[in-house]
Amino acid sequence: MSNWVEACAADEVEEEDVIRFDHEGRTFAIFRSPEDEYFATDGLCTHERVHLADGLVMDDVIECPKHNGRFNYKTGRGKGAPICVDLKTYPVRVEGGRVLIDLG
Amino acid sequence: MTAAGMVIVGAGEAGARAASTLREDGYEGPVTLIGDEPHAPYERPPLSKAVMTTNDIGEPSSILDADRLGAARIEHLAGRRVSRLDLANRLAVLDDGSVQAYEKLLIATGAGPRRLSLPGAGEGGVLYLRTFADALALRGRLRPGSRLAVIGGGFIGLEIAASAVERGCAVTLVEMAPRILMRGVPAEVAQIVRARHEAAGVRVMTGLAIERIERRGEGSAVVLGDGAAVECDLVVAGIGAVPETALAEASGLAVENGVRADGALRTSDPHVFAAGDCCSFPHPLYGGRRLRLEAWRNAQDQGATAARNMLGAGERYEAVPWFWSDQYDQGLQVAGLADAGTRVVRREGGGASLFFHLDDAGRLVAVSAIGPGNAVARDVKLAEMMIARRLAPDPAALADPNAKLKALLATSPTIAAAA
Repeated sequence: MSNWVEACAADEVEEEDVIRFDHEGRTFAIFRSPEDEYFATDGLCTHERVHLADGLVMDDVIECPKHNGRFNYKTGRGKGAPICVDLKTYPVRVEGGRVLIDLG
Repeated sequence: MTAAGMVIVGAGEAGARAASTLREDGYEGPVTLIGDEPHAPYERPPLSKAVMTTNDIGEPSSILDADRLGAARIEHLAGRRVSRLDLANRLAVLDDGSVQAYEKLLIATGAGPRRLSLPGAGEGGVLYLRTFADALALRGRLRPGSRLAVIGGGFIGLEIAASAVERGCAVTLVEMAPRILMRGVPAEVAQIVRARHEAAGVRVMTGLAIERIERRGEGSAVVLGDGAAVECDLVVAGIGAVPETALAEASGLAVENGVRADGALRTSDPHVFAAGDCCSFPHPLYGGRRLRLEAWRNAQDQGATAARNMLGAGERYEAVPWFWSDQYDQGLQVAGLADAGTRVVRREGGGASLFFHLDDAGRLVAVSAIGPGNAVARDVKLAEMMIARRLAPDPAALADPNAKLKALLATSPTIAAAA
């Protein structure tokens, strides 16, 4: 089942950057890649539940601002210690300058 | 006696990370992790923060719990110490007399709290914080309304002070040096930290001699050089850490403010390595200056590098020193060595303050920053990458909050390493 939710305006996220999106008590991270594509993941690091949107995006990697855990935000895949659990990802589409994510 | 394999002495952050890395890098032989605490390897950073403020926390946060140790076939010997090494025969002798043969051995014994050498400080009159057991003992005595005297204005003392305030204690912090955070943190940042503590109600006293600790009725008093006394229910000291070098000394390894290692974390014996708080090593980013770092990430990174080098990688350790501290709603981060700089450039924005430390050649050698939550993390990370690449960013751009550090990372010139 689809559940598309409007997250932000496309131009609110800079290229190779991330912003936080809170919705109904949950928190997500919305990414814009250097290739100008959009991605969405859960907003909290799977290690110690720190907001990833405070972290640094380089290429296709987000690094947690506290303990340097790294994820590929396109796939959610953790890139080694201290990360043991991958990050959940969500489908994204951009329509009329708005970023929508599918919470399923 | 079991077959020779990899033996790691010390089951803290560095030891645990080394053990995991040996497996991640495909080592198939026996891995033995020996630690003197009863727990599986656990995270120490929460001890002065969440563990101190949250009564429900009854177990430490594991780095490698029993399941993961089992899955990785890491044999964990808990509550055990290694007394000495027989370097010639590559044997570790444990405190119960048993002997463990090794192919390579890692010393990751960490550091212990420096003890106050003052009259009255020795009879259980002063508490210290290093282990989970220490944290529970301290937490049990931090009751609402109790009066706490903290001796030492370093990170441990300040984090305990912040946690005690959160628990409703009345806190006085006494620092003997002229200011708090003398080691590794510039005066500008220390001043912001001090102001935040004072706003929370902590009485901060600096530049004072301490004469003795006295028992007074049910409580204590910290008696100062001028005869004044800080009356309290409890005294806790955080006055630095001393590297655990007893094993290295008993084994005839070189010791120099820690277990002396080379740039690849090898000790004076080619089969023995060192990592973490106990390890002194030369840092290539700072002219080969010998450092010993007491920091979580350094422990992790050195544990991983030492493990790869135990397997023959020959990798040089050159990670930029980095640490953080959380106090109240503020996050502080330092990357690099601030005292290697001769000029400071300040950048303000979003409630955060960043201080960039440049040397005479204009090379960025450190950044220290403080701001709400993790607000400074991203900029500190970018600065750390500039430090690692020996870049000399334009000071005017560093000071301008609208100038993007990511752009400076891409465009700043490099300063070549001295020959």
